[in-house]
Amino acid sequence: MTEQAIVTQEAQARALSDDEIVRKAHRSETRFALIGLTVLIVTMIVLMALIVDFAIDGMARIDRDFLTSFPSRRPGEAGILSAWVGTALVILVTAAMAVPLGVAAGLYLEEYARTNWITDLIEINVSNLAGVPSIIYGLLALGLFVQTFQLGQTIFVAGLTLALLILPIIIVATREAVRSIPLEIREAAYGLGADKWQTVSGYILPAARPGILTGAIVGMSRAIGETAPIITIGALTFIAFLPPSPIQSTFPYVNADWLNSPFTVLPIQMFNWISRPQAGFHVNAAATGLILLAMTLLMNGLAIWLRYKIRKGIR
Amino acid sequence: MHGSVDGVAQADLAHNAAQLRAEVKKLSFYYGTSQALKSVDLPIVDRQVTALIGASGCGKSTLLRCFNRMHDLYVGNRYEGSITLYPENLDIVGPGVDPMLVRLRIGMVFQKPNPFPKSIFDNVASGLYIRGVKTRAIVEQRVEQSLRQAALWEEVKDRLHQSAYGLSGGQQQRLCIARALAPNPGLILFDEPTSALDPIATAKIEELVDQLRLNYTIVIVTHNMQQAGRISNFTAFMHLGQMLEYAPTKQFFTAPEHPKTQEYITGRFG
Ligand SMILES: Nc1ncnc2c1ncn2[C@@H]1O[C@H](COP(=O)(O)OP(=O)(O)O)[C@@H](O)[C@H]1O
Ligand SMILES: [Mg+2]
Repeated sequence: MTEQAIVTQEAQARALSDDEIVRKAHRSETRFALIGLTVLIVTMIVLMALIVDFAIDGMARIDRDFLTSFPSRRPGEAGILSAWVGTALVILVTAAMAVPLGVAAGLYLEEYARTNWITDLIEINVSNLAGVPSIIYGLLALGLFVQTFQLGQTIFVAGLTLALLILPIIIVATREAVRSIPLEIREAAYGLGADKWQTVSGYILPAARPGILTGAIVGMSRAIGETAPIITIGALTFIAFLPPSPIQSTFPYVNADWLNSPFTVLPIQMFNWISRPQAGFHVNAAATGLILLAMTLLMNGLAIWLRYKIRKGIR
Repeated sequence: MHGSVDGVAQADLAHNAAQLRAEVKKLSFYYGTSQALKSVDLPIVDRQVTALIGASGCGKSTLLRCFNRMHDLYVGNRYEGSITLYPENLDIVGPGVDPMLVRLRIGMVFQKPNPFPKSIFDNVASGLYIRGVKTRAIVEQRVEQSLRQAALWEEVKDRLHQSAYGLSGGQQQRLCIARALAPNPGLILFDEPTSALDPIATAKIEELVDQLRLNYTIVIVTHNMQQAGRISNFTAFMHLGQMLEYAPTKQFFTAPEHPKTQEYITGRFG
C-alpha cells in the first residue's frame, strides 16, 4: 500500500461522525441486551416448564398421608416418610461434620499455615477435590467406611460421605470470606493488643460469617440432591421403618442409635419410583421431586434470611 | 532543643528523663532489603503532641508503626536501633520484646476510620475485653468515659448497641479514638487521622487532640503543615527516611534551621 492509500483509508475510517459513533454504540448495546434477554427467557421457560410439569403431575399427590406413610407396593398408598426423615438426618450429620471441619481447615490455611510447598500442594488438592465427580466419593466411602471400617450402610456413613463431598466447598468459601476481611480490621485488632486467637475468633471469624454461611448452604444444597454416592455405599431403596428416635424418656434422654440405622433418602426414593413401570409411581416420583425442590428452596431461603440478619447486625 | 537531637535544651530534656515518654535512637527500619528509615533520632515529650511531617513516602507512617510493632505482622521486616518507652525503660523494638506487650501499652488511630463490624459499645470495649476485663460495671464506666473523652458520648449514648457502621466518617474516627483511649494507653499514635474526613469533622478531631494532650502523650502524622502548626507542641520533619529537623512547633515554623525544612514549609516541594 502506498502512503497515500493508507492516509485515504484512515480518512475513510474516521469518516464516521460523532453522532454515528454514538448511534453505533447504542445499536450494539441494544443487540447485546436482546440476546441476553432471549437467553434468559429461554432458560427461565425451560426451568419453569420443568417445575410446572412436576407440579401438575405431583401436586395433587402431596397430602398428609403422602408425607406420613412408608413406601408400599400400591402406588396410591405409598409415601415418603422414611425418605424425607432419612434426608433430614443425613443432612444433619453432613452439616455437623463438614461445617466445623471445613471452617477450621479454611481458617488454618488462611491464618496460621505458613506458605510453603506443602500448603501450596494442599491448596491445589482442595480446589481439585471440589471438582471430583461425586460417585468417586461414593466409591471411597464404600471401600473405606463400609468395607474397611465395617461401619455399615448407615445414616452416619452417608452423612460422612456427603461431608467429604462438600468439605472442599466449605473450605474454599471460608478462605475467600476470611481473605475478604479488610487489612484495617486485622490491624485494628492487633493494634489493641489482641493475640492471634483473639483476633481470629473475635474479629475475623464474625466478620466472615455471611460468606462462610453462604458456602455452607451451597454445599448442603448440593449434598441434599446427591444420589450417586449414596447408592454406591449401598443405601436401601425400600425402607418401611424409621430410625430409632434421638430422644428417649429415660436417662440420658438422648440416643445416638439412629446414626447406625439403615435409611433411604428422597432422591433414591424418586429414582426407585421412576424406574417402575406403573404410572402411579411416576406421579409419586414427581411429588417427591417437588418436596426435594421445596427442601432445597427452604434451605436457601433460610441462608438468605440468616445472612440478612447477620449483615443487619454488623453493619 | 532546637536543631537536631543535640543542643542545650535537648540535653536538659534528656537530663530530666521523667519528661520524656519515649525516645527513638538510631532507629533504622527495613522492608525486606529496602531501607525505609535511616538512623532516626526523636524524643517524645510526655503529655505533649509531637507531629511528624514530611513529603509523601518519606517514612512517617513507617516510623509511627515502629512504635507499636505493627511491622511485625508482615514477614521480612527488620528494626535496628532502639525506641525506649519511659518510665518503664522498655526497648520497644528490642529483640526479646513481645509485640503484644508493646501494643497493650500503646494505642493507635489509623488513617481510614476502621471500626469493627460490631456495636458502638463493643467497639469501645474491645481493648478491655482483650485485656480480660469482664466486670460489666467497669466496662460500662470505661466505655462512657472514653466516649466522653472522644467527644462522641452525646451523639451515641442512645444507640450504644447499634452498629458502628451507621455512624458518619467523622463519628467513626472519633469512635476509633475512643476505642484507643479505653485501655488507657501511655502513648497514642495517630496516622493522618483526618485525611479521609471533611473540614468540619477534621476540626472536631483537632480540637479533641488538643484536649487529650492533658492526659495522654500523642504522636501524630500529618501531611498537612497547617494542622501540625495548629495542634502540635513539637514538630519533626522527615525527608527520605531521615529525621532532618525537630523543634518546638512555634520555633519550627518561624525559624527552621535546615534548608530543606525551609523549602518544605514555604511550599517549594512536597
Ligand atoms: N509494606 C511496604 N513494603 C515495602 N516498602 C514500603 C512498604 N510500605 C511503605 N514502603 C516504602 O517506604 C517508604 C515510606 O513509606 P511511608 O512510611 O508509608 O511514607 P509516608 O507515610 O511518609 O507517606 C516509601 O518509599 C514506601 O514506598
Ligand atoms: Mg503514610
